[in-house]
Formats: sequence, structure tokens, C-alpha cells
Amino acid sequence: MMSPSLLIGGGRFLDPSQGMDKVGDLLITDGKIAWVGDQGTASPQPDSCTLDATGLIVCPGFIDLHCHLREPGFEDKETISTGTRAAARGGFTTVCCMPNTNPPLDNQASIDYVKKTAQVAGTVRVLPIGCVTKGRQGKELTEMSELAEMGAIGFSDDGDSVASSRIMCLAMDYGRALDLPIIDHCEDKELANGGLMNEGWVSTRLGLKGIPAAAEEIIVARDLALAQLTSARLHIAHVSTRGSVELIRRAKEKGIAVTAEATPHHLTLSEERVMGWQAGKNDQLTYDTNAKVNPPLRSEEDIAALIEGLRDGVIDIIATDHAPHTLVDKMCEFGFAAFGISGFETALGCLMGLVHSGELDLVTLVSKLTSEPARIIGSKYGELGTLKPGCQADVTLFDPDKEWVVSSQGFLSKGKNTPFDGYEFKGKVMATIVAGETVYQDDSLVIEKK
Amino acid sequence: MKVTESGPSTAIPETFPPPSTDKWQHRHVLDLDDFTREEIELVFEIADAMTEVLTRDVKRVPTLRGKTIVTMFYEPSTRTRASFELAAKNLSADTVSLDASKSSVVKGESLIDSLRTIQALGADVIVMRHSESGAPYLATQYVNSSIINGGDGWHAHPSQALLDLYTVRHHLGELAGLKMVIVGDIMHSRVARSNIWGMTTMGAEVMLCAPPTLFPRGLAGFISRCRLPNVRVESRIESALEGADVVMMLRLQRERQQTGLLPSLREYIQRYQLTLERLSLAKPYALVLHPGPMNEGVEIGPEVAHGPQSVIEEQVSNGVAIRMALLYLIAGGKSR
Repeated sequence: MMSPSLLIGGGRFLDPSQGMDKVGDLLITDGKIAWVGDQGTASPQPDSCTLDATGLIVCPGFIDLHCHLREPGFEDKETISTGTRAAARGGFTTVCCMPNTNPPLDNQASIDYVKKTAQVAGTVRVLPIGCVTKGRQGKELTEMSELAEMGAIGFSDDGDSVASSRIMCLAMDYGRALDLPIIDHCEDKELANGGLMNEGWVSTRLGLKGIPAAAEEIIVARDLALAQLTSARLHIAHVSTRGSVELIRRAKEKGIAVTAEATPHHLTLSEERVMGWQAGKNDQLTYDTNAKVNPPLRSEEDIAALIEGLRDGVIDIIATDHAPHTLVDKMCEFGFAAFGISGFETALGCLMGLVHSGELDLVTLVSKLTSEPARIIGSKYGELGTLKPGCQADVTLFDPDKEWVVSSQGFLSKGKNTPFDGYEFKGKVMATIVAGETVYQDDSLVIEKK
Repeated sequence: MKVTESGPSTAIPETFPPPSTDKWQHRHVLDLDDFTREEIELVFEIADAMTEVLTRDVKRVPTLRGKTIVTMFYEPSTRTRASFELAAKNLSADTVSLDASKSSVVKGESLIDSLRTIQALGADVIVMRHSESGAPYLATQYVNSSIINGGDGWHAHPSQALLDLYTVRHHLGELAGLKMVIVGDIMHSRVARSNIWGMTTMGAEVMLCAPPTLFPRGLAGFISRCRLPNVRVESRIESALEGADVVMMLRLQRERQQTGLLPSLREYIQRYQLTLERLSLAKPYALVLHPGPMNEGVEIGPEVAHGPQSVIEEQVSNGVAIRMALLYLIAGGKSR
């Protein structure tokens, strides 16, 4: 069924893919962008709905290159249905799901299952990432070219690094031929040695085993050397340390085909959050399992380096690493709690903090969520992350100044595990449109039907 | 759950002089990081009164009659547990002892569920020992009973640190200005961490001494961020011991060698064992402490452990008085 035309009027249209930043109108027909132009100049459509976007930013739908939808296998944590609804609420129109499901996405049938389930139960576009190795065991490559044929947009054993340098090298050789990125969760498990949080003064104070920054940097350095050797595309997942940023910067200067992502939580929270500390409220010591994540929240210095990396392009994109867990997974001793943060629904609010504080400009932020991840995914699924006429009408509208308070209990995601519960954010997603269909709309927003 | 219960106490009713506890602000005892000097001194003052009780023929006062104190140990312990239970009994409390390392964990019952069960059974105070750092902090979020941390992971062991301080004070008087050297596995030591807070709050200096692999890597940052200028670090025991008033030796777990943290036990003994010769580098009257259990012949030579400067056995007896004081302050000092 064709959805009716939609006219979005009076918003600030921000589309980094075409360098567009202007106030105007946008018309969607047949699920595609039909026209973008000056305000009030759209030719009226007889059956179109109109959305007054005055004061709102209208941009290409956000693309999340890194999330966990948990299905199949961990439906108590999240399903494709609940996860994509949460994504829509967060302004994401396309999400790329990691293959650490059960069974893992290491074969065509599993990838097919995810795609088919997403078509039936999904609210937003779901693009699967295939495993690098069978069973995520790090021993044998998956049938990567067949996974690619089935729709994989890249390969990763996320949650684990591919420990063997030789297997990683072979995976890159294969990936190069397919022109798809190998996405690595960079962690030397031996050095991390069962660590629970960043190794530093907080881990010392709390008596928790630390994960040194070097555990990440060693694998980043190795992967960069292999990317140089193989000329393959490498994507570094969730960069968390200053050292990694520096390594990637140098690699890019040398022309190595590397891209990198940072998460909203690594960009805004430090290791002190594990003690329950927030700015201004540093009295009561706790061990907050909602701040337990891998890679761990690092130091203020690392945060500054990540933000600088965003600004100068060393960090190409922002990805949520949405990792939902059940209450039971988190309501326990810190050492026993699962790693991960439910991130879809807080991403924009959290990141807008960087814009309001002047650390990041709005256009750069939007590009890290739209045109840049689209560039990494490529054109396999049509042109994404743009408002060019003729392209799929994936559009996100957000109010940059709307203030709201995070309430995890109100999350659409099954995972209520967020360190941002109770935080006051300024900047909120108002509507999310996937292929012309409004899949999420804030209560205060009105779409007028003619 | 395996439950052992002791019957109602057979104490002779006796009025116990209640010292003023107005300065006391704690509902729980989790660590010494939030204790003031006055609070630590109050614990000592009450422990003095308890010590007096312990010298009586009948070492029992009715102060906590009708109160229920549960010890919940998720990790093996002999002395801490016995010490708390004896302390509770001396105050005429009913005690229930849960050997959680054997029962509920195996059945998959969560810590929070176990705590709620114990609370429902009417526990006024829960003394917890747990292998995971922070477990007692979790407990305070889910139950109303007071929690006393009987040791959590690598993090804290406040009653041990208090009895250490109390023992030192008994012999050397004022703690301010003293130099305590803690030697051994600092990285994994909750005793060291709690002593750092306790000793520095009392105005003493703490020198930490360990092989380089047994210091936590974030130690320097910890010292600067927590503003602990009186804490210093030294890998050579001979230099560390110079001018020490107190020497505390930590137990060396043998598995540290198996996990590669030590080249060999032999080398550790050669480099770090407290021998009479090394002890002579400290001040002549320096006290020797050990939180136990000792590995005689590993971290400490038998001639030192049982020598004239050793107060190790006294630490154990003082432990009962300190724990009586804590239970009194938590459960009996004020009605809540």
C-alpha cells in the first residue's frame, strides 16, 4: 500500500551528504524524497499530509552501524520488534545488527532469518553484519562471500576480537575482494584478563580488576598493520582511548583504509560514573552496573581525545553499541553483571549535550549519524543517509532545544540498562520516517491529514 | 540455606554503661573512607569499654538482647566470622549464621533474594563477606537491615582496619604522625585499602611496599585524586621499613605465582619476607601486625611472628572488642 504524500514544512534542512543547511520544505511521495526546496514553494498535493517542522532540524534518518538486537537467541533481552521500535524512537531509520546472537549470524540461513523477521516485525531498516569466523570461535572463516550475497554489510566477531592475527589477515583478504569492511572489537583478552572497568584510579579505589587502555590499543595497532598489508577496509568499533585515536590518525595519514566509530557513552561519561558519580553529586559511593560496558568508560583525557577525533575526522561515525540486557543481568554484584548499555533512546539527547556545550558543531554531529555511516555501508541497499530527490525517504526530525528527562522505565527497548537514567537532556527526536512512513512521532507533534 | 542458630543468651542481666553516641552517623559500616577522626575515636572509646567487659568472668552484657545479627559469608573465613559471632553473643544478640558459599549460590539464588529472605527473617544487622568488591553496597540498596562489610573482594575490610588501628593505639598511643608500612600483595588486599583510609584519617603515614606486579597500576592516580599525600609507595622493603613504627605483613596467596604475578615463591621470600634482620631497620619498638591467616616462612619469619614485637594475637582479641563496638553503635546505640 502506498503511503500518502507528506509535506514537511518550515524546518531547518540539514543534509551533510549534499552540504545542505537551509530552511525550506520537503515533499515525500511514494516512499521517496520527491522534492526539496524553498519554504512555501511546494506544489500542493491533493492528498498530502503536512507536518509543521518550524524550529526543528530535518535531516536524513540516523544510521547506527553497531547495535545488538539479540534475536535470535536472547529474546528476553531484546527482539527485532522491540529493538527497532526503540531505534525509531531514537531517530534511527537504519540499524546494523551485530552477529553475536544464538545461533550467531555465521551462515546464510541465520542472516536470512534476521532479514525476514525484520521485514515482518521490524520498524526500521535492519542490515545484518555477518560473523568473521564460524561460531565466533576465531578459528575458521565463515563463508563470507555467501553471507555478503545474503546481505551482510560487513563482518565482525563483535564482543570478541579475532585473536589470531593470521585469521584476521585472511578475513581482510577476503573482505577486500568483497569490498566490505571487517569490523573489529579491539581487545586483547589476555591483557584484559577478565577486567571489569577501566584500569586507573577508580578501579584501584573500588578494588575492581582493571582493563588497561593498552588492551585495546594493541589490537588497534595490529589491525591497522594488517589493513595496510592487505589493503582491506577496516572499521574499528567503539574506540575508547586516546592512544587508539592517535594510532588511527596516523594510519589515515598513511592512507590506510580505516574508519572508526565512537559511542555516545564513551564520548560523555568517564570511569567515575562507575562509582555513581555525576557532575556535582559526588557523595554516595556505589558500584553502578549500568555503567559497566566493554570497552569500559575511560578517563576525561580519553573523552577529550575522542571528541577531538570526531572534530578532525579521525572518528568517522557515532554508533550506539546498543546492548540491551535484562534486569537480572544487571541487578547483581558488579563482577557478575553483564557488560553493555541500552543506547538507542538516549543517543541524540546525550550527543546534543556536546553541541550545546560548544564541543561539537551540529552539522558535524549530523554527518556522523547520517552521511558518514552511509558511506561505510555503501550502496548495496540503495543510497542511504541523504535527502536527495529520488532516494528513499528516511528522515529524522528533532528539536535541538527541547528539554526532557530520561526515564529508563519508559524505554521501548526491553533493555532498561542505562547509566543516563534521570539525566536531563536538551535535544529530542520528534519524528522518524522510514521510506515515507512515520514510524515514530513525539506526542507533542501533529501531522495534519487533509 | 544452611542455618545454624544459637539459642537465647544466658547472660546475667547487668547494666552496661552506654557511652554517648551522638557523633555516630552511620547506618552501615561499608568502609572507612567516610569515617571522620571523631567517629574512629568513638569506636575506640566504646571498644575500650568492651575490652573491660571481656576481662569479666562472665563476658556478657544484655545490650543487644532481642536483636538478631546474621553473618552471611560468601567466602570462607574463620577468624572474622568467629569474631563477629562472638561479639554478637557477648552483647546478648541472637545470631544466625549462613554459610552462603555452600548453599544458596549453588541453587542460583541471587544475592538480593538471599538478603531479602534474611531481612524477612528479622535481621537487624547483616554482616557480609563476599568475594566480589562492592557486594555490600549492592546490599544496602535492597534491604533495610544495617550492613556491616566483613570484607568485599579486593575493596574493603573496615572492621579489620579498625582493629589494626586500635591495636596500634593501645601500644603507641596517638596514631597521628606514626609511620605504618604495609608489605605484600597490595593489589588484591582489602585490608591495605581500608587501612589506607583509616590511618590517613587519623593523621598517620602509610608506606605501601610490594613487588611491582602486586601494586594496582592505578595507585599513583588513586593517591593524587583522593588527596592522600601521606601515602607513599616503595618496592624495596629495606627502604620502606626505615623509620617505621608499625609493620603490617599481608598474606601472600600461593596462586599469585601460578598466575604469573610472581617469578617464584622463593624469590618473594628472599626479597620480601619480614626477617629479624629486616625488622631491625624499623624503629626499635616497631610493632608487627598481620591480618591473618599467616603463611609463616613466606611473608613472615616465625621468629618475627612470635617475637616480642609481634601483636598478631592481640589483634585477634582486639577484633572481638572492635566488633562489639561496631555492633553496639549500629544496633544498640540509638533507636532507629
